[in-house]
Amino acid sequence: MKLPAFDYAAPQTLAEAIELLVANEDALPLSGGQSLIPILAFRLAAPSLLVDLRRIPGLDTITLSERGIGLGARVRWCDIEADQRLATAHPLLADAVTYIAHYPIRSRGTVGGSIAHADTAAELPGIAVTCDAEITAVGRNGARTIAAKDFFTGPMMTSLAHDELVTELRLPPWPAARCWAFEEFARQHGAFALAGIALYYDVRDGVAANVHIGVIGASAQLQRIAEAEAVLNGRAVDDAAILQTAQAAAAAIDPADDIDAPAAYRRALVETLTARALKRAASRPR
Amino acid sequence: MQTKFNVNGKTHAVDVEPRLTLVDCLRYTLGLTGTHVGCEHGVCGACTVIIDGKPARACLMLAVQADGANIETVESLADGDTLAPLQASFRRHHALQCGFCTPGMLMTAHALLSTEPDCDENRIREALSGNLCRCTGYIGIVEAVLEARAAYKAPKRGGTP
Amino acid sequence: MTRRDSYIGTPVERIEDLRFLRGRGQYIDDLNRNGLLHAAVVRSAVAHGRIRSLDTAAALALPGVRAVITAVDLGDNMPTIAVRSESQPSLDRVVQPVMARDKVRYVGEPVALIVAVSAAIAEDAANLVTVEIDALPAVTDRRGLDADAVLLFEECGSNQAATLSAVRGDIERAFKEAEYTRRETFQVHRHAAVPMETRGLIAEWDAARGRMTLTGAAKVPFFVRTALAKMLGLPEHAVDAVETDIGGGFGARGEFFPEDFLIPFAARRLNSPVKWIEDRREHLMATTHAREVECELEIACRRDGSILGLRGRAWTNLGAYARPNAVTPSRNLAQLLPGPYRVPHVHIDVALYVSNKTPVGTYRAPGRFETDFCRERMIDLAAADLGIDRVDMRRKNLLTSAEIPYALPTVLPYGGSGEFDSGEYVVTLERCLGEFDWKTKVALEGRLIDGRYHGLGLGCYVEGGSAGPRENARMALDAQGMVTVTVGASAVGQGLETVFAQIAADALEIPIDHIAAVHHGSTTGIHEGFGSFGSRASVMGGSAILVAAENLKTTIRAAAARRFNCTADEVEVVDGLRAVIAGQQRMTLAALSADGFDAAGTFSNSKRTYSYGAHAAHITVDAQTGQIDILEYVAVEDVGRILNPNTLHGQTVGAIVQGLGGTLLEGMVYDDEGQLQTGSLAAYLIPCAVDFPRIRSIALEQYPSPLNPLGVKGAGEGGIIPVGGVIANAVASALVSFGVQPNALPLSPARVWQMIQNARSPGVA
Repeated sequence: MKLPAFDYAAPQTLAEAIELLVANEDALPLSGGQSLIPILAFRLAAPSLLVDLRRIPGLDTITLSERGIGLGARVRWCDIEADQRLATAHPLLADAVTYIAHYPIRSRGTVGGSIAHADTAAELPGIAVTCDAEITAVGRNGARTIAAKDFFTGPMMTSLAHDELVTELRLPPWPAARCWAFEEFARQHGAFALAGIALYYDVRDGVAANVHIGVIGASAQLQRIAEAEAVLNGRAVDDAAILQTAQAAAAAIDPADDIDAPAAYRRALVETLTARALKRAASRPR
Repeated sequence: MQTKFNVNGKTHAVDVEPRLTLVDCLRYTLGLTGTHVGCEHGVCGACTVIIDGKPARACLMLAVQADGANIETVESLADGDTLAPLQASFRRHHALQCGFCTPGMLMTAHALLSTEPDCDENRIREALSGNLCRCTGYIGIVEAVLEARAAYKAPKRGGTP
Repeated sequence: MTRRDSYIGTPVERIEDLRFLRGRGQYIDDLNRNGLLHAAVVRSAVAHGRIRSLDTAAALALPGVRAVITAVDLGDNMPTIAVRSESQPSLDRVVQPVMARDKVRYVGEPVALIVAVSAAIAEDAANLVTVEIDALPAVTDRRGLDADAVLLFEECGSNQAATLSAVRGDIERAFKEAEYTRRETFQVHRHAAVPMETRGLIAEWDAARGRMTLTGAAKVPFFVRTALAKMLGLPEHAVDAVETDIGGGFGARGEFFPEDFLIPFAARRLNSPVKWIEDRREHLMATTHAREVECELEIACRRDGSILGLRGRAWTNLGAYARPNAVTPSRNLAQLLPGPYRVPHVHIDVALYVSNKTPVGTYRAPGRFETDFCRERMIDLAAADLGIDRVDMRRKNLLTSAEIPYALPTVLPYGGSGEFDSGEYVVTLERCLGEFDWKTKVALEGRLIDGRYHGLGLGCYVEGGSAGPRENARMALDAQGMVTVTVGASAVGQGLETVFAQIAADALEIPIDHIAAVHHGSTTGIHEGFGSFGSRASVMGGSAILVAAENLKTTIRAAAARRFNCTADEVEVVDGLRAVIAGQQRMTLAALSADGFDAAGTFSNSKRTYSYGAHAAHITVDAQTGQIDILEYVAVEDVGRILNPNTLHGQTVGAIVQGLGGTLLEGMVYDDEGQLQTGSLAAYLIPCAVDFPRIRSIALEQYPSPLNPLGVKGAGEGGIIPVGGVIANAVASALVSFGVQPNALPLSPARVWQMIQNARSPGVA
């Protein structure tokens, strides 16, 4: 499983990187490489050039501000784990990252790589969609900001143009009192999720408001489940509401059969994980 | 392509194809065959080395990406014929059989204990969960790492714990 | 000085570890040669079809490519790989050619070999070979035995490749007289050994001397040599098969594979050393798979739970060809069906059929894992029907020491049966129940606590070991008193060097650090060897060492007697083999002979040892996700005599975890076109460090084997044998309120969930 031949460049600036992409239509950007290198090992891609982003300055910072949380494209999973501020600034993100792959992978894999790879079973894209994150991409025509829901267009597909590079993922501000949970089920620790649910809501006047429920692994599209959110919005989070929300989530998704699980199983899993996540969100001390 | 990095305290300048993975560079270009290749797609962990203080899959990295990096491999642990405490603990607890996963297992454990010498069994198991062993069932490995913690807590007297 | 047996039975730290821990092992890919070329195998991407054309021009044109070898280059007499043990004439018609010529029969079958200056270029070239194949429908399962099925081998007229049976007593009578019978169908899925190191070879042709050396041989190097010499048209003494450090075997690595011919063939043709390292993707499709079987089983009992008979039919999926070990799993499945129990009447027929999947072979406890699953499930089902406690049902039927030796069923058409050698089988069961605290835990059975159903499972087994016919050892003592031991058995990562050093040191009454080296396996070290399989290496190799040690002492005494002018009986070897005395005379060994001494020993034994044991598990099932968690797993086995408790428990625990992997996580999945769906370690999941933390292994040595001077029994496989049955029984126990009866593996979350759904809505498939 030797890699196919390609050229390699590690430009010093974003502009140079974009120029290289523009000039080479078969070029691919390389960030942490934790998904791209296996793809090359199986010879599922044959880039003429890899544009390594590691030397580009300014992409590796985590910023907290009133505008929310900014994760630079070169921020690694281990950086998020090590950032003590995130436990309160964005507990959903901090929790979800612990489900990503394994210790040695988490020291190389990056935010930008995961977002651009757009695996529908991946945690961070799921968090991005659930939280209405925005993705900044820079290309030859400058920078643009893309809503997560418009960014992910299908399994391993995004609305990024060939010459565009993800530079930042921005998560909206997180109120301290917010209720949240992340539930994932995989065949094995660190393996791809058969299904995962990320959710949060705010409690206003004793009822749930601003309900966000996102699903990973069990659907061809990274998405919030509007039907389930609608069931819970404006209701007290009690057993009946939890059950109905979970059922609505299961009914709304459209999983496929594969070697790990039939569609019916994944649908049931989404119901179970939604219910468990809601119970956990409701019972967590605030 | 010219690239230069430090392996186990020694600087190496090599001229490699961009497609050469770091593990193949260590093994075939530098002759450091202690780091093993078990899957070449980032799952088994046999190729785990420490790069700038953090464990990483040497099969998921190009040699040219390591330009300027500090790399530690299994060959760095022992002092000549004298096993490091972590290695001696592996031996005492029968934490290896065929020995093929062992270099990766040692380097993951070494990275972990170097930064978290107080970690508990759950953390050890989680950290090692990306290193596959087909022989031992992991029990000896976890016992060995638990016992080796003591050596990493002791004040540094130079040399590798 | 050491006293007798000061090493055997103690946890001696392993000699091998000193190199493995420092990254100084010498595995096949760690070796280099001057002018080394690298090979890549072009493999069929189609499961079944006729090769229309093969275009190698683009591959040949790639700079750095030295050769592209296809079936045309191999001539009209395409070599085929013979079945190594228990062949039948009908199987000889479905053996594997070393390369596909007209027809491909599985995804991964070699169709061409590239040799180039680097592995990467060889792989580049492999991707440039165009193979056009007219696809035929793929046979993937037992439907391949239907009359209208497509045939893999048209000339055979059927996809059934062979049959065998195991028989004992009068099965018709047993079922006529039975007060209770039950029939069930069980399925074990295809999975595989998947050692952490893939296969690899270096072939070197010495044109001047006409000699071939194949480095990277494992498990059975002497068999590999014989087969390779024949295929290359060389005398056997012109071929060497050399062992390296081996990253795990588990029964799969080391049998003769197509590459074991193709790489030497290329080396001879190019007159240059050639290396081939199997990559993980090809490992999963090219190295033998195992275990796939369906078994229809009937049990006959008295009302009191005494088993009268077991009767059944089984269908084993061989994959595309009969590889060297094609028969062993089916044979064991049949013969060990009654396991450790008193079953007077047995009759099981096994049909071995070919299919368009990767060929199968042995994987740790071949056939035994499968047969234990079927039987132990059946005993639980029967016990429940009869209203007998499942522990009592086992107690009642386990063989007692008074009945042992006890003959095993006869396997036809081979004949011969063998017998259990020693033991009191209920002892391990009782010890296991005690260690596990079964009496207390049984109250948890079926209970729902914090959203999880608790279940207990139990299973018993026998483990055959010490396959014959013989093994050889040599010992060389140098003038400094250091001993080098060479044994014909092979090491595959199990710690053989240490165990052999322990045995040798005790036999010679010397400190273990006077053992300078232990060599094993390679054809270069000893005239004959039989390898490492069937839990034989320690038993047979260890016993051969005892014989060699006695011969060495005899040789020394004879030499001293000549010097002292006395009889050999008067001579004593003392000071840890460094001096001899006779009466008042004393002489150092160095003075006695400047060249040292050597001696050989052979141990022959055609009878097998049988370790036996019991396992118990406490699990929980999450009915909503189908997730199974192992809360506790206890294994007790009587191994006759413990050589090294570290290596023994290490192998037992490792085998249990492999068994749990096979039961819960692993599976080689194919689609209807015969495409392998699990071609990476991201898809084929093997256990990791968080999966199964709570396992205890207890070894007993109450009943040594009478069959060898050490009293030891084979013990490398026992840990895996009962795991499938134990866990399935525990799942049934946990889900007793649903009436779920898991009779098929694997117990993946989706399957467990599906069984619960089916139980909730009976009649709905």
